[in-house]
Amino acid sequence: MMKNKIRVLMGKPGLDGHDHGAKVVVRAMMDAGFEVIYTGLRRTPRQIAEAASNENVDVIGLSSMAGSHIPFCEKLKPLLKEYGLEDKLWIIGGNVPVKDHEELKGMGLDAIFPTGSQFDDIIDYIKSRYRQLA
Amino acid sequence: MTQDKITNESGIEVKALYTQEDVDSSGGVEMVGMPGEYPFTRGIHKEMYRKRPWTMRQYTGFANAKDTNERFHYLIENGQTGLNVAFDLPTQTGLDTDDPMAEGEVGRVGMAVDTLRDFEIAFDGIDLEKITVSLTINGSAAILIAMYLAMAEKRGYDVAKLRGTAQNDILKEFIGRGTWIFPVEPSIKLVGDTIEYCAKNAPKYSPVSVCGYHIRESGATPEQEMAYAFCIAKAYADDMLKRGLHIDEFAGRLSYNFNIFGNLFEQVAKFRAGRGLWAKIIKEDYGAQDPKSMWLRMIAAGGGGGLTIEQPENNIVRGAYYALISALSGAQTMALCCYDEAYTIPSEYAQRISLRTMQMLIEEMGMCETVDPLAGSYYVETMTNNMRKKMEETMAEVEAEGGIVKMVAEGTIQSKVSAQAYGMQKDIQSGAFPKVGVNCYKTDEEENEVEFHPYDTRDADQQIENLNVVKAERDQAEVDRTLAQVKADAEADRNVMPAIVEAVKAYATVGEITKKLVEVYGYYQEPIRF
Repeated sequence: MMKNKIRVLMGKPGLDGHDHGAKVVVRAMMDAGFEVIYTGLRRTPRQIAEAASNENVDVIGLSSMAGSHIPFCEKLKPLLKEYGLEDKLWIIGGNVPVKDHEELKGMGLDAIFPTGSQFDDIIDYIKSRYRQLA
Repeated sequence: MTQDKITNESGIEVKALYTQEDVDSSGGVEMVGMPGEYPFTRGIHKEMYRKRPWTMRQYTGFANAKDTNERFHYLIENGQTGLNVAFDLPTQTGLDTDDPMAEGEVGRVGMAVDTLRDFEIAFDGIDLEKITVSLTINGSAAILIAMYLAMAEKRGYDVAKLRGTAQNDILKEFIGRGTWIFPVEPSIKLVGDTIEYCAKNAPKYSPVSVCGYHIRESGATPEQEMAYAFCIAKAYADDMLKRGLHIDEFAGRLSYNFNIFGNLFEQVAKFRAGRGLWAKIIKEDYGAQDPKSMWLRMIAAGGGGGLTIEQPENNIVRGAYYALISALSGAQTMALCCYDEAYTIPSEYAQRISLRTMQMLIEEMGMCETVDPLAGSYYVETMTNNMRKKMEETMAEVEAEGGIVKMVAEGTIQSKVSAQAYGMQKDIQSGAFPKVGVNCYKTDEEENEVEFHPYDTRDADQQIENLNVVKAERDQAEVDRTLAQVKADAEADRNVMPAIVEAVKAYATVGEITKKLVEVYGYYQEPIRF
């Protein structure tokens, strides 16, 4: 039994304006009973780390469609440490090609859900990892 | 396989058979008319493609002005007849290359532009009278339009005769695509400034291309795509009337950008219906006299939303169907998302396939021989009538909810289309909405990954270096003077375009001009609604 709702921050990093995917996944997570905070567009790494810290979330999700996921995650990584968020689940979705997955995993990303991922897979993954962490 | 009831995406029932009776009961042929004549349902020109095929205008731009210029020349050498420029995200959001927010994004999804110098390089060797240029720019459009006009003038073109298009549809950026900068009201004011300025100084230039395209990509149905775009175009037109212009002074230079994916007949009916409805609105509601004001001139482009990551080669075939739909719909301009575009910036090879796809329609399929070849089909005419009615209903709903500007500012329209996008995505994942290679006809073979467009971080360093050279060479006093004028005009609520044109001529940067406008207008705060 879970005591509380799983809390997720869905962030839109950088200048990318494609929010169709982020918003659709937010809705799927809300339907799954998660508490979801959506940052809106054009967030800096610090804004995302700060929001995750303030909102006391369990999961930090990023949605990236315009190719800047690696430089962004490189900048976010030390901030997650600074804000004491290293134990949170860190996941990314969107236009994230297979060739970049290893590098992202090396930075500490827990999971990658590229375009075409099923809602159920994302939700099941978060639920199962949350149980492990709890 | 038979189903009891089939409805299209726009919510209109599709019958197994259509006859004259359906045409009659749906409203008859009153709105059909003749091509080149009001209400233009069959096309805005009498002879359509027989006189001139559609313009082929692939979306292109990456890295910097020099690399983009090379790709432009490649496409023109391969028979492309127009250019559609892609800008990087810093340029689109009004940031200079050396802005901290631009780090990692310079030249990534389009070409980087800081000053007029970049425009001079990008269009070097291109005859601006033969090749019309479309600028896909919105938040910072006033600045980039000014750069285009200044560049053309510098090269000796008469701006009063210059043709070309800017996307410059900020209202749809708040619904989808997201490259807004300023709040809603001043954003509309800036669009108005460009329309007014062009009406007076560059009357052949199309300063706005109202986009249903991105609203559709964000989750709108085909009929909503048209209806919302018309509501947006009316908002811009109303702003012009408030400034004291007559509808015939600017409506002829408004153009449209629409999306193609989904059911072929629904799409063709959508465009035919939209053409008739827009003509009726401009004539009856706005009292236009000039038939050109009533023309729905459009790019109808094969949309990215229809393409799939899965089995990417299938996208070549989808692109061909979308091009066919575009031709059957009487589009003025055509562009196709490339087969690799679900992954990356298209390769030269993929761009060429898209170009050849359109050229095959012109050269091999007889698509340019006869005007509006689907006219008179019981099905198509009935669906055209039904789609038009549906669009009128949707426009009335928007009015009833306080109008498109209010809905955008409050985020209600964004919430509505994203809820629909979620529903559609669920249907795709469950298989209720078939998508070949995605939820049916899947293969176990390893997917072919496409070749990725390389991104070289050294390009950004070079771009910053170039910017520093321009800054060192320019007359700083003139930059300061023109920038102060931009701010003064914004504060006094005057048209800012003359001052922006002067500023770009002095090589003021996109970021410097944007900052002056932000000092007066502020930034947009995105409403978050689910």
